[in-house]
Amino acid sequence: MVSLASDQSGTNEDLWAVLESVPDPEIPAVSLVDLGIVREVSADRVVLTPTYTGCPATLVIEQDVRTALDAAGFGHVRIETTLSPPWTTDWITDAGKAKLRAYGIAPPLAAGERAVACPQCGSTETKEISRFGSTPCKAQWQCDACLEPFDLFKCH
Amino acid sequence: MPSLPVIEKDVERRAEQANPGGAFDPAPADSGNLALFDYLLRLGDDSLILGQRLSEWCGHAPSVEVDLSLANFALDLVGQATFFLDYAGKVENAGRDGDRLAFHRDVLDYRNCLMVEQPNGDFARTMARQFLFSTWQKMLFEHLTGSADQHIAAVAAKAVKEVAYHEELSAEWVIRLGDGTDESRARMIDGIDWVWRFVPELFDMDEVASAMAAQGIGADLAAFRADYDRKVHSVLEAATLEVPNDQRPILGGRTGHHSEHLGHILSTMQFLPRAYPDAAW
Repeated sequence: MVSLASDQSGTNEDLWAVLESVPDPEIPAVSLVDLGIVREVSADRVVLTPTYTGCPATLVIEQDVRTALDAAGFGHVRIETTLSPPWTTDWITDAGKAKLRAYGIAPPLAAGERAVACPQCGSTETKEISRFGSTPCKAQWQCDACLEPFDLFKCH
Repeated sequence: MPSLPVIEKDVERRAEQANPGGAFDPAPADSGNLALFDYLLRLGDDSLILGQRLSEWCGHAPSVEVDLSLANFALDLVGQATFFLDYAGKVENAGRDGDRLAFHRDVLDYRNCLMVEQPNGDFARTMARQFLFSTWQKMLFEHLTGSADQHIAAVAAKAVKEVAYHEELSAEWVIRLGDGTDESRARMIDGIDWVWRFVPELFDMDEVASAMAAQGIGADLAAFRADYDRKVHSVLEAATLEVPNDQRPILGGRTGHHSEHLGHILSTMQFLPRAYPDAAW
């Protein structure tokens, strides 16, 4: 059990650091902060938003955050969930996009971007195989240059 | 030829007097939130039952990509249902949460439209149903993003992004199969023809729907009927298919008068929590 004595000792920066250390359970290459699902942090609460309504990772994420907060002495910090405004891939940080690419997942296209670049070889000679993949947030693509199949994080 | 069942005069009389809550149960105690509760059940049950139906395709779809797509549709729909039914439980304020409402409610208390409980049939019929339903659901959710009820508006804003995929993918399949081989075309014609009879119910403005629309909570379904028809006609045209003639509308799902199929879905879906009420994940 975490002592409540630590109640006021943590700052918001400390809280963000803890959340930064919690990986997404389905794409562990990125943290919850990278993914943009941490919406608000204050002395006594953390607000999360789900990516998709049916995302099975939502509950696991909440449990992981609870565990991490407790371990860091933030046992008193509540976790809340909000639906509004709805999550969008625009909230994935630049660092998060770089980590996705390094992990082999093409990040969602930024505004104005047209072509999906293969995360393996960088070629934009790519095509969609299926709009749905192993998780709700990904589509299956293939690179015509290096022939590797890859996941694309869908714009949402 | 089996003979038709005989309906006793007495049953007929009681059915005429039955309240819209379904069966012969006494009308539930009136409450200001009753219409809202009922409305939330409609939203939640549509998604839940179609999600359950689609999950039957898991491991059986024509290709692994389609298998994944349908499983993802189901996941989205069950996710939406969870939000609507959890909220319905709060509104009802009788200690029932979304799981309780999903797994311990009987068939007559379900409020989904008849379209979503129809058997999957072949792949073409499943896609025809998906297209005619998702096109409607997307427009409904677009309207509900402006709901006076903030919770409904938030779920709708979230869900409309998901349903957009459902609509797009199923429309593509309607076109591909309709404008495909003789076999695929015949099957898509059969699929559209079968599902067509369940469309009028989607737009039925009964007492609950009207009351909710009047309060700015629910959507005025008539407001997007023309858009719906336009969209459906354009996809059918791209699929080189005729728009079917209107058929006699079949209503009843919204008041608990379901086809025989819903009971069979529930017997599968509800078996475990009913047989082992204290089971936990």
